[in-house]
Amino acid sequence: MRDLRDIWVYLSANPLLHLALTLIAYRIGVAIYTRGNLHPMLNPVMIAVILLVGALTATGTSYQTYFEGAQFVHFLLGPATVALAIPLYRQIEQVKRSATALLASIAAGAATASVTAVGVAYVLGASRDTLISLAPKSVTAPVAMGISEQLGGLPSLTAVLVMMTGILGAMLGPVILNRMGIKDWAARGVAMGTTSHGIGTARAMQVNPTAGAFAGLAMGLNALATALLLPIIWRVIFGP
Amino acid sequence: MDARRSCNRCIGRSIGPLGMLHYFTIIVCCQLVGELIVTALKAPLPGPVLGMTILFAGIVWNGGIPDDLAKVADGLLLNLSLLFVPAGTGIMLHAALIGRDVVPISVALVVSTVATVVVTALMMTALSRPAGDSKDGTGA
Repeated sequence: MRDLRDIWVYLSANPLLHLALTLIAYRIGVAIYTRGNLHPMLNPVMIAVILLVGALTATGTSYQTYFEGAQFVHFLLGPATVALAIPLYRQIEQVKRSATALLASIAAGAATASVTAVGVAYVLGASRDTLISLAPKSVTAPVAMGISEQLGGLPSLTAVLVMMTGILGAMLGPVILNRMGIKDWAARGVAMGTTSHGIGTARAMQVNPTAGAFAGLAMGLNALATALLLPIIWRVIFGP
Repeated sequence: MDARRSCNRCIGRSIGPLGMLHYFTIIVCCQLVGELIVTALKAPLPGPVLGMTILFAGIVWNGGIPDDLAKVADGLLLNLSLLFVPAGTGIMLHAALIGRDVVPISVALVVSTVATVVVTALMMTALSRPAGDSKDGTGA
């Protein structure tokens, strides 16, 4: 019995345990997702997050301890974002052909995302911290956190809301697009990337490379548009 | 035998067995340069997104995507979802704060997500010239 406890003490202080748990949780998520024919509602990120939060809460492990192991996976987000240049280049002809449509759609989507989120939360009586932290929630996490800080919100809350938006968009997006009868992969990708940044892009990439490339582009342009415009608009509406 | 064949290729234009590591190094350096520029100029853009632009420019200049670069990129992107799991698990940090505003947050996120998907897709469909070569899709 004592030996088992010693092993647990050793393991729980070792980053390897939480790295392994992250991979296992995701593997289970993907297994369920695959068995469900890639149904968007069975999003593997959501399943993995639920499993991990359950396991960490049950064992009384802090997020900081968990992240010491998980950071190795987290770190690869940067290189993966850079690598989006490859699918984008493969679609360069189509991107050039629809450049105007792309810019207009992404700008409209970025505005819709912020205005509807803040508007609805305001009407329902959310606190000021929540309102500010919600505004950049469709933007990729590092930029969203920067915007939130600039507006006086809570960057770490924004990070959580960004993740929730990403998972929600990856789940609802494909269902809505099917209902709307949108069959063009480029349009589907732009909608997914603008709404739910990298998580939407990941979902699009799993289904179709064209959709994935457009989603990645939309994610980047949405980040740029929101970062440039939101602080200005916010000041005009709510004052400094 | 295999090693010798690879080595022979090193003399030519191919980088041989180091190919994938070579391109992974390039990808990481693009990110590094991106981060440096963003930090120096205080630009409102994430370093990796600028890094993507730099790599993209490099591919355009090169006139195509080298095979090994494609392998590295596809390997990273195939499991892109996995990379969001650690950040997503961060939800446990703000359980209390989200609990306080749970109704406004949930309703706002759902309404905003639906609205953004609809607006973006409609704009894109209305403004795009019909693309002859794109295949129909129902999944992404």
